[in-house]
Amino acid sequence: MVNRNVVGAHYGLRDWVMQRVTATIMVIYTVALALFLLTIPSSYAGWKDFFAQTWVQVLTQTTLLAVFLHVWVGIRDVWMDYIKPVGLRLALHVFTIVWLVSCFIYSVKVVWGL
Amino acid sequence: MTTQTVQFRVYRYNPDQDAKPYMQDISVEIDSTDRKLLDALVKLKVKDDTVSFRRSCREGVCGSDAMNINGKNGLACLTDIKDLKQPIELRPLPGLPVVRDLIVDMTQFFKQYHSIKPYVINDTPPPERERMQSPEDRKELDGLYECILCACCSTSCPSFWWNPDKFVGPAGLLAAYRFIADTRDTATNERLDNLEDPYRLFRCHTIMNCVDVCPKGLNPTKAIGKIKDLMVKRAV
Repeated sequence: MVNRNVVGAHYGLRDWVMQRVTATIMVIYTVALALFLLTIPSSYAGWKDFFAQTWVQVLTQTTLLAVFLHVWVGIRDVWMDYIKPVGLRLALHVFTIVWLVSCFIYSVKVVWGL
Repeated sequence: MTTQTVQFRVYRYNPDQDAKPYMQDISVEIDSTDRKLLDALVKLKVKDDTVSFRRSCREGVCGSDAMNINGKNGLACLTDIKDLKQPIELRPLPGLPVVRDLIVDMTQFFKQYHSIKPYVINDTPPPERERMQSPEDRKELDGLYECILCACCSTSCPSFWWNPDKFVGPAGLLAAYRFIADTRDTATNERLDNLEDPYRLFRCHTIMNCVDVCPKGLNPTKAIGKIKDLMVKRAV
């Protein structure tokens, strides 16, 4: 087969929007967390009580999910920019997905104390 | 008439003779009336006619004499000699194949430009005289139509360096928005479809090298942002 240049995947907008939305979530969480940590007692018990509250757990889990989605778009961009062989790029994409899904599962365990 | 010496360090490469490119130090005498870099280059060409570069209109309209001047892309005819640190280091536009010395092969650049269909598409029957635009509609094209396709922006863009065959590049995307913004064009949706691709449009990571170098003071990053805005608008 002639080495044809193919483009026109008809996607990309969703990932671009997702990168921006998840960045906003991360900023809000980081600022809020910093403010809350200043108000609660700075001890193991204080932190444990704080992170035992359901709403903190939900927001933390949501933010971690945002982190993983953000990392997915960002790392995939790095592979797309620099890795030319399609097979290697696909392998790296799969590796990234497996890694991030694993991280997400582990984050569920950590946040909810399972 | 007072004369002045200008020191150059010029990228030299003649694929027929040279095994690899090298930098050559050359100095040239210029007159007090020689203000622009191109004036000095013309004197340089008289001194050593093997030095090759493109030039044509010498007033920033044709876009032929784009080159890398002291590490930054620009037009030789619009660059003042007095603003340049000497020796003035001249290299071809980065990222494109070198034909000879400062002359690059712009095929890839124009291929991307053509891929966005740089002409008004309108299949409705043409009116007797011309398709009219209101002054407000016409204003939308300001900052877009002035592009002279010198390739300074695209060749300063790392995304274009890494994927010149897939990423349209700032010049092409500015031109794409120029026709999206044109009220006489009826192919907006097709144009957006054509660009909705992780490589063609979304390789732009908004680092704004293009804005930094544009000799015409245009803003491709802003145009790219507007394309993305329209895509969001039609999707959300």
